[in-house]
Amino acid sequence: MRVFCALVRRELSAFSQGPTGFIIIASVLFLIGLGFVVVLSGLNGQATPMPVTQVFYGTYFFWVILLIIAPVITMRSFAMERASGTYESLMTAPVGDWQVVLAKFTGALVFYAILWLPLLVCSLIVRFYVGESAVLGFGTMFTSALGILLVGCLYMSMGCFASALTRNQAVAAVSGFAMGAALFFTGFFSYFAGDRSDWLSQLARHVSLANHMESFSRGVIDLGAVIFFGSLTTLFLYLTHKVIESRRWK
Amino acid sequence: METPMIEVQNLTKRYGEHLALDSVSFSVRHGEVVGFLGPNGAGKSTTMRILTTFMAATSGTVRIGGDCIFENSMHVRERLGYMPENNPLPPDLRVGDYMKFRAQLKRLANGELTKRIDGVMEQCGITDVAGRFISQLSRGYRQRVGMADALLAKPKLIVLDEPTAGLDPNQVRSVRKLIRKLAGDHTVLISSHILSEIEMTCDRVVILHEGRLLASGALEELMTKTSAAVVAEVQTTLANAKEWTAQLALGPTECVEQPGGYVRCRFADTANANTREKIFASANERGWPLRELSRQPPSLEDLFVNLTHGKEAGE
Repeated sequence: MRVFCALVRRELSAFSQGPTGFIIIASVLFLIGLGFVVVLSGLNGQATPMPVTQVFYGTYFFWVILLIIAPVITMRSFAMERASGTYESLMTAPVGDWQVVLAKFTGALVFYAILWLPLLVCSLIVRFYVGESAVLGFGTMFTSALGILLVGCLYMSMGCFASALTRNQAVAAVSGFAMGAALFFTGFFSYFAGDRSDWLSQLARHVSLANHMESFSRGVIDLGAVIFFGSLTTLFLYLTHKVIESRRWK
Repeated sequence: METPMIEVQNLTKRYGEHLALDSVSFSVRHGEVVGFLGPNGAGKSTTMRILTTFMAATSGTVRIGGDCIFENSMHVRERLGYMPENNPLPPDLRVGDYMKFRAQLKRLANGELTKRIDGVMEQCGITDVAGRFISQLSRGYRQRVGMADALLAKPKLIVLDEPTAGLDPNQVRSVRKLIRKLAGDHTVLISSHILSEIEMTCDRVVILHEGRLLASGALEELMTKTSAAVVAEVQTTLANAKEWTAQLALGPTECVEQPGGYVRCRFADTANANTREKIFASANERGWPLRELSRQPPSLEDLFVNLTHGKEAGE
């Protein structure tokens, strides 16, 4: 456990050294702020039938942050270690492959979670001025945060996998983005599917991130969504582990 | 019988079609300093990467202190200090923080951690740069940080891949001294393509060439097998000297023109006992003044040339 904590701390310290981490934080802060301004001016004092969090997911800002920022967070995890050669001294220390994979994933996830803290502040401001718990209850805020965290798990594990495949950070970011975008746009088909019940439409509805996030933002914890995010995260972490392990295949 | 520290049997590594290591076997006893010698691309780093459990061999077995490196990889790593080729270090950390991070990875107990870090930093002469970023360090300091990391957990086996590459002569000397001091308590494996370096630091050498083992054994033993070179300086033209050495047929010879009308001929492989007599008589016969005729103790360079030459001639 001590080794795992040391590895996670090392991951997080890498974000605070150099400009990359701060550029990411600044961009996300800007996007969250912009998103909130758009949502609030759109409502413009009118009554809304749905919680504010749900409106926020309806904007592009949330998905831009997820699709573009996530691969930037994870791109350095394995690729940079490989490019600089420190991967060799890391993997010959008495540290297990799973420990390294989980530490890199956890480090990225913690940084991702920190990025979303401004949203919490924005929500609290709205709650303070509106004063109506129906608009933004603590329950809704909790499930929204859970949704953000679960979708983050999926995208961080996917990004770690992309980073493990290459020694070039740019390639890691682009392939991570491609995988993330592919998954996101597959879900888009559920809009065209309408009420059709063929297997393709059902699949599209099942993998639709937007659908899953919508239920979380309404204050509903959808067990199906939790299983969906959990299983895909596990799958990508497993694949990452296999890539890391492959150097010792005969 | 004592189990050897390193026991390598029929180690083979293929990268696709390319055969990087071809059935290499050797062993290293506890407390020995062993040099891994070979030109670039001979398979030194590949062997070290396999020994340090970083990657797997295509076939063959390696045991470190009796443990199979594939089955007991963790146990092997706990007793291993490794400095990879080019000594990669994270540039964004301070030296002290890096040492602390590595000590935690190597599972040093909290109580002894600080004391041990201070100890190795003192030993490697990096105490005064503890607060500096690794990216700001000179090559010599970086190399010493790498060495300090390798020594951190008091490992039984220390593997250093080209520890003196890119250092200035003073730094090379201090690294050599450090390596010599480690002998006895630790088993040390170092690689180099610089012959004089191995000659000065190692008890034994393992010589690799194009993925094959050319020789392995105590340095002195290998040296006695290598015949000494004979040097003669005669007053003649270079063309004459070349023709003369060809006629003498005493093995591979080098002729270099010297100032004052002399030519220095070096007979590298003089297995025959009375070479000097033959050279003297022949020069006398031609009436060439001879100002030097000496026997030189074999260098590792001679050994290496002899071995590789023999392989190529045999093919």
